[in-house]
Amino acid sequence: MSKDQILRVEDLVAYYKTEKGDVKAVDNVNFFLKPDEIVGIAGESGCGKSTLLNILYGFVESPLKVLSGHVLMDVDGDEIDIIHKDKNEIEKLWWKHVSYMPQSSMGVLNPVIKIEDQFIEIFDKLDENLAKNEIRRKVEENLNVLGLPREVLSSYPHQLSGGMRQRVVIAMATIQNPRIVYTDEPTTALDIVVQRGILQTITKLQEQTKNTFVIVTHDMGMHYQITDRMIIMYAGKVVEIGETENIFRKPLHPYTLLLIESLPRLGDRSERKSIKGSPPSLLNPPKGCRFYPRCPYATRECAEKEPPLTEIQRNHHISCFRPLR
Amino acid sequence: MSIKILKSLKDNLYTLKSLVAGDAKLIVGLAILIIFLVMGFVLPSFSPYKSKGWSQVTRDVPPCWEHPLGTTSTGQDLFWLLTFALQNSLILGMVVASVGTFVGVVVGLVAGYRGGYLDGLLSSLSDIFIAIPSFPILILLAALFLGRIHILMLAAVFCLFNWPWAAKQTRSMALSIRERTFIDSASFSGIGMIGTIFGEVMPLMIPWILANFVNTVLVAIGAEAGLATIGVSSLEEATLGTMIYWALRYQAMFRGHWWWITVPVGVIVILFIALFLISLVVSERFVLGKDRR
Amino acid sequence: MRPIVKYVITRMTSYFITIFIGITICFLMPRFVPLDPVTIMLSRIKSVARINPEAYQAMRETFLEIFGLKGTLQEQYFNFIRRAIIGDFGISLAAYPSKVNFLIAIALPWTIGLLATVSFIAWIFGNIIGLLAVYYKDKKISSALQWLSIAVYPIPYYIIALILIYVFCFWLRLFPLMGGLPIGFKLSLDFRSVLTIIYYSFLPGLSIFVVSLGWWMLSMRALSINLSKEDFVRFAKMKGLRGRVILIRYIFRNALLPQVTSLAMGLGTIFSGSLVTESLFSYPGIGQLFYLAISENDVNLTMGVVTLSIIAVSTSALVIDLIYPLIDPRIRYGGR
Repeated sequence: MSKDQILRVEDLVAYYKTEKGDVKAVDNVNFFLKPDEIVGIAGESGCGKSTLLNILYGFVESPLKVLSGHVLMDVDGDEIDIIHKDKNEIEKLWWKHVSYMPQSSMGVLNPVIKIEDQFIEIFDKLDENLAKNEIRRKVEENLNVLGLPREVLSSYPHQLSGGMRQRVVIAMATIQNPRIVYTDEPTTALDIVVQRGILQTITKLQEQTKNTFVIVTHDMGMHYQITDRMIIMYAGKVVEIGETENIFRKPLHPYTLLLIESLPRLGDRSERKSIKGSPPSLLNPPKGCRFYPRCPYATRECAEKEPPLTEIQRNHHISCFRPLR
Repeated sequence: MSIKILKSLKDNLYTLKSLVAGDAKLIVGLAILIIFLVMGFVLPSFSPYKSKGWSQVTRDVPPCWEHPLGTTSTGQDLFWLLTFALQNSLILGMVVASVGTFVGVVVGLVAGYRGGYLDGLLSSLSDIFIAIPSFPILILLAALFLGRIHILMLAAVFCLFNWPWAAKQTRSMALSIRERTFIDSASFSGIGMIGTIFGEVMPLMIPWILANFVNTVLVAIGAEAGLATIGVSSLEEATLGTMIYWALRYQAMFRGHWWWITVPVGVIVILFIALFLISLVVSERFVLGKDRR
Repeated sequence: MRPIVKYVITRMTSYFITIFIGITICFLMPRFVPLDPVTIMLSRIKSVARINPEAYQAMRETFLEIFGLKGTLQEQYFNFIRRAIIGDFGISLAAYPSKVNFLIAIALPWTIGLLATVSFIAWIFGNIIGLLAVYYKDKKISSALQWLSIAVYPIPYYIIALILIYVFCFWLRLFPLMGGLPIGFKLSLDFRSVLTIIYYSFLPGLSIFVVSLGWWMLSMRALSINLSKEDFVRFAKMKGLRGRVILIRYIFRNALLPQVTSLAMGLGTIFSGSLVTESLFSYPGIGQLFYLAISENDVNLTMGVVTLSIIAVSTSALVIDLIYPLIDPRIRYGGR
């Protein structure tokens, strides 16, 4: 793996087995992650971004199944394929090389166990033979960075506010300095002021530790604020990858343009455009480009052939036959 | 408005039907129940003997062709006695279940949905009735009547202690359903409280109400039989419990008349397992959690 | 006010209110029943002896006084409450001249001993087995256990008792029919006494144990399955925590909370069930006392036992409810 990649996804295909058939939630996805960056994965609900995140992390539970492809990760110099590794070996990576922050912070912490004991669980799991006071010291340091008071340690989850709980989850995810942190909708159910605080925290952390954050969210505003690069997904496929600034300044895929235009902008009082129609069913996806039915620029070619992911400008990939110029 | 209620009735019935679709446990349970229902409600009309009254046949005859389940020491044919006993016990169970569940559900819905002062009052009331152990009081009551308590009086007192359980459960379900946005949008659309309750809330609860009903039948029959066993039920009526009482009183077990004690005990065991299976399957189909809606 | 203080005060208030209302119901019931115990008693006496009218009146007065039926309703009520608080229930008729309190004092330890031991053991075992049944849910024994508990749970205790009597006392002749102690046994503080007690209490205990066990197994299993779908359990799996850790610290500890509450709520049911079971075995506990009181129309004894039952059940529920905050930190410390 080259020096500027720490994770590479190749031809990843995964589906959910349901009573009605196989739902292809992730269909032929390709991209890579660099060290020291914040990458955002954007798209509507149901486009497969959360599923993708779980697979990258290595948490693949029935009814989800990976059909083919590779998720290659650089672990201490070795290249490991997460798809083809044993569950036990993958679990060894968890919380040490990679970590995960789930969608809602409300109910993710065990209500009957103190926060500090939950941290100790993580260290136990990693088989680190550290004394309890050492663990406590480490955790306190971490909490400090995140702006949490010491009292949090001896509290129970229900005694903390939503924002504090989210910060605790961030602390847990980053305490062992993993190289990649996956986070799914980090600010759900938090009010806007708290949201901003969380985003600032994440940015600050990333600057300090220089690891890679992968943020999945449908909130384009969040992407604009903190991500360096973005991956836009639609109906299980990647439609555009590029640097955030470029994407917002000049989006090349019609879907990306529509996503950005649906964002409210200060001072702009024109009517917000919502995208007509809805994403196709992933049970039996249409033949050509998945976005064809809703694309205002579509042609016959788009209906018949699937556009491949091509590098159209430097570090800017899209899959589209009629990119916006 | 009435169209909405009609439609909701149809929805409720539909839910009922879909619940009965194929499941081994359910089929076994229903089959047994139907057999007992037939025995209890159809057969008694054909009985060659009267339901009360002793010395109608030869005593202590073991099961034979003429008396398929044998006869008792009081001179009654056991099989036909069983049919009357089933009838009385089942009627008792169903009356208690109907009244208790109905009152409980209504109280629970009103308390949970209205909230406020009314809720506090009703909740405290049901908590108190749940906390008071009903059995000693039942024994006291029945004892005061010297074993000649009327079976409907028993049923009434059973109902009195039974409704709070349904009310408490219904209330917490109503509270959690109330949180759901679609209920609020229904109320915003001007349907009103009753319409909302019957149109939106009830269909979700039908499986639970059914399961609770079946369960209550079980509990009521069991309680009556328990009272009868120690001799405080209405001993002259034939019920499953009084059958046990008289069998014990005449030392059926130790005099070798095993049929007299085995039949009511066996019937209770089989009937209760059947009822429980039904309520279990019905409540399994009932998921009020996030996976369903 | 700290939340736990509020919790304790609320709980104790409802405790006293419950007992108060329960006792009041006890008081009111005999007075609204068409049969008059005094008249019945007297007619019984009249049927075996001839009494002159003055003696009849005198006896009537005495009975009225003994049964607490003298005076207006308010006076009676006041008397009743006063005696209930002191704990004086008068003299038993069936076991004349023993005082009711005395009879209860002998019978109560037997019942408490039986119930407390059996309920507790069944609760602990039921929860553990229920949990294991979920952990090993793919093994055959788990579904076998589930079917067994389905078959057993709906059966009332006394029915199981009857079955056990038939099998073990009559057919196999392994256990004695009488519960408690054999006739003429001298109780002393030695191992032999303990064994004898256990031997004679075994069947009554078993009847209650089997049914309770079924209930706790089923409910624990259902709770565990529901809990494993919770967000925090999923997150725990995503942290890669060991299966055993998740099972015990995440699922079991959270499932115990509603199980403790169920225990508190179910005490009344367990107690009721044991009453009939005890009388079937002539076990020298409260149930037996009840049976005696009813068959002999002993009003004082009946009142005493019923009042006591209400107090006993409510108190044990209270104790369990007060222990609850110790295991649920959400009650111990309030939320934000």
